[in-house]
Formats: sequence, structure tokens, C-alpha cells
Amino acid sequence: MVNNHIVPNGPKPKSIFTARNIMLYGTLFVVAIYYILPLYVMIVTSLKGMPEIRLGNIFAPPLEVTFQPWVKAWSTACTGLNCDGLSRGFWNSVQILIPSVVLSIIIASVNGYALVNWKFKGSEVFFAVLLFGAFIPYQVMIYPIVILLREMGLMGSLWGLVLVHTVFGMPILTLLFRNYFSSVPEELFKAARIDGAGFWGIYFRIMLPMAVPIFVVAMILQVTGIWNDFLFGVIYTKPDIYPMTVQLNNIVNSVQGVKEYNVNMAATLLTGLVPLVLYFVSGKLFVRGIAAGAVKG
Amino acid sequence: MSSVLIKDLTLKYDHLTILDKLNMDIAEGEFLVLLGASGCGKSTLLNCIAGLLDISEGEIHINGENVTWAEPSERGIGMVFQSYALYPQMTVEGNLTFGLKNAKVPKQEIVKRVAKVAEILQIESLLKRKPAALSGGQRQRVAIGRALVREVKVFLFDEPLSNLDAKLRADLRIELKLLHKRLKSTIIYVTHDQVEAMTLADRIAVMKNGVVQQLDTPNGIFHRPINRFVADFIGSPSMNFFEGELVAGDSITFSTKDLVFNVSNYEFINTGAVSCKASLGIRPEAVLTGEHIPENFFRCEISVELVEPMGSDTLVWTKLGGENFRFRMDGKASVKTGDKLTIGFDPSSSSMFNAETEDRI
Amino acid sequence: MAQSMRPNTLLRNLNAKIAAMPMIITVLVIFVGCTIWTVVHSFTKSRMLPKLEFIGFDQYERLWGTSRWLISIENLFIYGICSLVLSLVIGFVLAALLDQKIRFENTLRSIILFPFALSFVVTGLIWQWILNPDLGIQSVVRDLGWTSFAFDPLYNPDIVIYGVLIAGIWQGSGLIMVLMLAGLRGIDEDIWNASRIDGIPKWKTYLFIVIPMMKPVFVTAIVLITSGIVKVYDLIVAQTNGGPGIASEVPAKYVMDSMFLKQNLGQGFAASTMMLLCVLIILIPYAYLEFGGKRNGK
Repeated sequence: MVNNHIVPNGPKPKSIFTARNIMLYGTLFVVAIYYILPLYVMIVTSLKGMPEIRLGNIFAPPLEVTFQPWVKAWSTACTGLNCDGLSRGFWNSVQILIPSVVLSIIIASVNGYALVNWKFKGSEVFFAVLLFGAFIPYQVMIYPIVILLREMGLMGSLWGLVLVHTVFGMPILTLLFRNYFSSVPEELFKAARIDGAGFWGIYFRIMLPMAVPIFVVAMILQVTGIWNDFLFGVIYTKPDIYPMTVQLNNIVNSVQGVKEYNVNMAATLLTGLVPLVLYFVSGKLFVRGIAAGAVKG
Repeated sequence: MSSVLIKDLTLKYDHLTILDKLNMDIAEGEFLVLLGASGCGKSTLLNCIAGLLDISEGEIHINGENVTWAEPSERGIGMVFQSYALYPQMTVEGNLTFGLKNAKVPKQEIVKRVAKVAEILQIESLLKRKPAALSGGQRQRVAIGRALVREVKVFLFDEPLSNLDAKLRADLRIELKLLHKRLKSTIIYVTHDQVEAMTLADRIAVMKNGVVQQLDTPNGIFHRPINRFVADFIGSPSMNFFEGELVAGDSITFSTKDLVFNVSNYEFINTGAVSCKASLGIRPEAVLTGEHIPENFFRCEISVELVEPMGSDTLVWTKLGGENFRFRMDGKASVKTGDKLTIGFDPSSSSMFNAETEDRI
Repeated sequence: MAQSMRPNTLLRNLNAKIAAMPMIITVLVIFVGCTIWTVVHSFTKSRMLPKLEFIGFDQYERLWGTSRWLISIENLFIYGICSLVLSLVIGFVLAALLDQKIRFENTLRSIILFPFALSFVVTGLIWQWILNPDLGIQSVVRDLGWTSFAFDPLYNPDIVIYGVLIAGIWQGSGLIMVLMLAGLRGIDEDIWNASRIDGIPKWKTYLFIVIPMMKPVFVTAIVLITSGIVKVYDLIVAQTNGGPGIASEVPAKYVMDSMFLKQNLGQGFAASTMMLLCVLIILIPYAYLEFGGKRNGK
């Protein structure tokens, strides 16, 4: 901060109410409104009764707060034949999420470690193609994967979807771990080899304990990504085990019956809740995760 | 018996040759320093000996056993790294015992060895701490300790003192020397620091571009450099060179445009004196001034161009025969720019190099 | 025990190779195998089931003769250009504003970035509700007295894609802002001091000094945005489902509908191959810049 005083730029403004500050904070305030308003609208809508919604203003706070829409969205809203609400989708998503996150992170961390410390002939080529794969539109690979899963007897099952998530999460996660492990001094790895530790010994005893923060980042990345997935869920599962996003879309965009906007908004909020909570809880780590994944990509 | 024997060691990446047909025979208990500028292949060679890099051709024997393709941990070596490379999540004790546990050494034996090493290095009080809580010097002691507990006969040091500040470096240098005297183990030590090399080594291998230029005692390297590169690389300030012609007649002389030196008493190697284009090098330390100059020395009068006082001695810059010429004087000598001085040196105890091959004549 | 023989090269690093098997299989089977499979089958007359009966470029001719595909491409183009420009501009301006050593920086950053944590489905549904002409923004403004106010992008085929754009920007611009902010923070404070000493106005410093220095960040952002644009699917499905009519169709949806609704696999394969081609057109210059540049640098 000392640097700023090298060039006196007139008297230092004492008040925060300078023209510059009013402009700056004014602009930021308007921007903040644009980003936060939709969330606000969703929350107030989900707490209103249908008559109030039809008559009132979407921005107005509810005159009479009701949690009925939330209850209905969770437990009785209909999608096609099922009328047990989003709860089914929620538990489906949880069941898909946990194995997908665990499996994809294990595989990617071992990949990253092997790519940095145990390079073998062709390992760099495989990694390059893997990264390139991150940019291939999913649509190109979707149908052959349907055939593969059918051959393996996993089409329409939870494990089929877990496998798909693991495969498509691999490029970005492998990159994340590779970058992390290559920042670990190579001499540490050499020291461990002299100490007689092998591939798995070094991974578990040396690298894993050092990489805890990056595991958290990877977890945040994967939980958000898999929870929010729609495309793979709709293709590779069947209605019974649809993840939450697919079920949400079916509830809200179903053409039958009268549109219950409050229930729809409650359902939408419920679906967004998991990543939102994760986002606000993890804060800086979330930012670090997307920045690490993106900048070095 | 030789402790470490390297035969025709060659390392290639794609078509790039990093190390080229190296041969070395290191005796038991010897302190060998690999010295060179960065990128000369000295650390690479050490990694090859450790088994951290697969070599392309050749053989490596340690303690009489061919270990060319053995795992690093099976070679009977301990290694100390520049960045210490302590495992950050383990305590000092954990760092010391990790390798022994991997080798399934019995518990009591581990306890015994750790105690012994901790005592030698005076790190008993640090055993329960994590590396992050240690100072640089303490970390390096622990790193040395990690190599010692292995109780091997050969230790590899990869620039172990480079990350320390000057004072600490000097202290640890002495300690290393004492440690070597006490343990009598073989040490191969990589550094780019001449002072470390000179003070520690029994023998020094000066490397350049993956080739050992000269393998000799510190004295031999300093006074009888094998080629112009070594002559120039060793010594600070570096050697003064004169370009000229060696004429072998009745008396043997070396003459530049303006100067003629009588080098009849020069110890020629191999072929003896043959007339050729050559360069003659004089160490700044070999120059005497005033009344100290013996009769048989070459002498002349110069005028001082620049004086660099360094405390213990003074470095004087001048011109001789049209070339820059530096020499050392006593730190107490009072000279200043413009002074006229008589200097002298013995051309016969200089180093001469063939101008084409740059090899010592 | 120590061995003196050079071990078999295949067996060396065996553990690493075993550990990398999932990656190797993924690369070979999924990324390479499946892509080639689809490209090959785009030249066949597969309909209900894939079959290897080659018909040359027929599927592509039919594709480019279908108005729905043409609209999809047009939409992708409009959405792509607008989204690219707006994301970069908004992302950079917001980052520059946040970089003024302001108060509440963390709070503001959290607010701007939080939509990125939400799925496209959730995003689409939120904005479907806000842009609802009978109850959303349009009705609110009309109730305020401006009765002729019209803002119903989701029901107007001419501007529906802009309605989607608003939602897309809302969701994704925070990410670009974070990237840009990281880029700005990476610029040496001395650059600013030097330009102040030289008396260069701030906006000029941004435009002529800072932005050129942030070229790598911009390149990353552009690659990120464009590769996202090609994949746009969930947002459309949730917000408009391609409507009104076919006014907001996009290529990804065309592929999905051809494959899974219309049982017209050949069209799906051809359309997805075209998408791949789009990505390659973006990616190859990028890869060339990134990796070709490095080689020259050495």
C-alpha cells in the first residue's frame, strides 16, 4: 500500500461519498440486483398461494406465507404416473452422486499422480487426448455409449450412469490433480523412492495426505456437476431412477393440469439447494476449484 | 575395493545425449564432488547412480554389486536433496523411520538407529516436530539424518547447502566434513559452488555437457587444469590468459604480440614441447609484487587501473600485453588507481593450452 | 533383490500402467472409439437401429435441407456471438469494478458467482417464470401504468433466443468474472504505478496495457465460453423446450430429438458430427496458438 503514496494525486479523499464512489457502488448495486433478484422472486413465489400469485406482483413479498407449495413439491407433485413429488428424485440423485463422486475422484487422482511421477511411454499422449475429449460435444459419444451400456447390461441402471459420470468427469479432474501433483517438489518423490516406497506406498503415504485441499476442491466440482446434470440422467436412466433435475423438468414442464407456479418454484429451489448450500459453505474453495479447473485448461 | 564403479554410463533422451560414456571409480571412504555449471549433467548423473533415472547404456556397481537395474532403495545408498524433501505431514521421527519401516527393519533396531543418528546430528529435541516448524539448517540436518539411519556405505548429496544462507552454509560445510571423517563412508556430492568443492573433496570431477572434463584432487584441478575450460571455470577471480605462440627451439618461449616469456622449465605433458599456437594462463594468486619477486621470474612494470579491496586481500586490475590482467595483493597494501607497480610471475609454473584443442600442453 | 539384467520395458512401471488403465480405456474406447463410431455411422442410412449401409453424404444433404436444423444453426450463431461478447464484456467490467479495492468485495463476488452453482434446468425454469408475460416482468411494468409495455421473449419467435441469452448470461458470467479477476490480480502492481507516473488515464491503462497482458486469460475464457455454447441443451429444454414452435431449437437438441424421439439415428449422427466439426474449428487454432507458441518460445 506504501506504493500508492509515491505519487500524490491531489488531497486524499476522506469521504466515501465522492462522485467516483457513488458511480462505482451504484453500478455494483444494480449489478447485484440483476444477479440476486431471480433468487428473491423464486423464494417469494414459492411462499405464496396461487390466488395471490395470479393477482399480485411477482416482486411483492407474500401477504400470507404458506409452506404448502414446498410440501407439495417435495412429496406429492406429479410427474407422469408417479405422484410422490421430488423426494424420489432427490434420493435418486444422492444414490447416483455418492458413488460417482468417489469413483471419479479416486480414478482421477491416481491418474494425475501417475502422469506426473510415473510417466511411461505414451502417457502424455493419452493425457492430451483425454483433455481433448473434454471438448468433444457429448452428443457425438452418446449413442455408442448407449450400445456399450446395453451390452454390459447397465443401460437404464444407476451404475451405468455412475460410469458415465466417471468417464466424463475424468478430463477435468485428472487435469486438476495432475497440476496439483506437479507442483509437489519432485525431490519428495525421489526421497520416498530411496526410502523404498512403491507406486501405491508413495500415493497413500506421501501424496494423499498432502493433497487434502485439492480433494475437497475436486469434490465440490464433482458434486455440483453431477447434481446439476440433466443430459446423462435423461438418456441413461429410466423414469424410476431419474435424478432430481430430470424430475424437476418433468414436473414443471408437464403439460397436463393447471400450472402451479408456487409449487414449481419450490421444486426448483429444492433442486438448486444442494449446490447452493455447498457453494455458500465452501466459498473460496469453490472459486479456487473452478478457477483451477478453468485457467489451466 | 572400489565403492562406486561407473562403466560407460550413457543417458539419452530421444536423440539428445545427456551423459556420454562416463567412467568413474570411486574408492571406499572417498569424498567425491561433482562440480559444474547448471545443466552440465552433474545432478542427472547423481540421479542415475541413485536409480531415479533409467540409464541408456553402461553399468553401475555399488559395493561390488551390479545395481544398474536395481530399485533405488535396493542400492545401499542414502540421498540428501537440495530442497530437503522432508515429508511435510510426518514428524521428524516419522521422516527418519519411513524408509526403515518400508524395509521392515525390526522396531527395536529402528529405535536404536534413530537415537544414534539424532545424537550425532543433535536433533533429539526436534523428533516430535513437523518439518514446517524447523529452520532451514534444522531441516537439512533432518534430511541428512534420514540418509544416515539407512546405515549404508554410500551417500549421495544433491546441492545440499544451496538453499541455506551464507553463514549457515559455511557452518554446515564444516560439520559435513567432520561427519565424513567420523563415518568414513563414501560420499558423492553435487555442487556448483567451487568453495564447497575445494574444501570438502578428496577428488573433484569437473563436468561440462555431460562429460567429465577432469577428475583430480582439488590441488590438481587448481594448479594443473587439464584444459582451458577447467582452468577458466575454477578459481575466482578466474585465470589471466595470454594468446600467443609457443616456440620450441634451443630455449622454449611463449610469445604474444608484445611479450616474450621463457618457459624452458615448464612441465610439458605427453608430447613435450612442440611449436604451436597456444594460450598461457596465470592465476591471479601466482603474481608477486615489489621486493618479493625472485630472480628467475618474469617481471615488468604496470600501472594500476582499478582496485577492488576485499578485506583479506586486494584485487588489482591492470593491462599487460594489451590484455586485462588481474592479480591479488595483500589486503593491507595501499595501492590506488594510477600507481606504478613492479609485478612478477613464473611463466614456467603457468598453464598452457593448445589454441585449437584447448587441451593442456 | 538387485538385478543386473535390464528388465522388460513393458513390466517397468507396471503399477503405473495398471493404475492408468481406466484412463487408457476411457480415451481409447469413449473419446476415440465412440467418436469415430458416430462419424462413420453418419454416412449410413441408420434409422431405428444403427446399420452399416453407406449412403455417402445423403444424411448431410438432408440435414442442410431441414428448416429445423437451419434454425438451430442460426440460433446457435446468434446465441454464440452474443453470449461470447456479452460474457467477456460483462465479466471484464465487473472484474475491473471489483478490483477497485472496494468494500464488500467478497459478498459481491459471491452474489455474482452463485448462479454458476445452479444447473441449467434450474436456471431455465427461474427465467421462464420471470419472463412469464402474464405474471412476470411484463405484467409488473404494465401494472405500474405503462400498459403498452411488451417484453415477452419466450412467446415471441423473433426474440425468443434473446430470452434464453438473458438466462445464460445470468448463469455463466460469474465464472468469467472470477477468471478475469484472477487475471487482473496477477498483474504486477508496478505496472499500475508506472502508468500513474506516466500520467496515463485509468481506462487507457486497462485498454492498452492490462487487456493485452491478460491475453491468456481471454483465450481461456473464449475457449470455455464457446465450448459451452456448442453444448447448450438443458437450458433450452427447461426454458422453452425449443418453442414457440421451433423458434429456439439448437443443434444439441436436434441431435437428441433425432436419436431418441424421432428414431432417426442417421440424422442424429450427421448433426452431431457437424457439432464436432464446429468444435474442431474453434479448437484447432487454439491448440495451435497454445502449443505451437510454446514450441516457438523455446
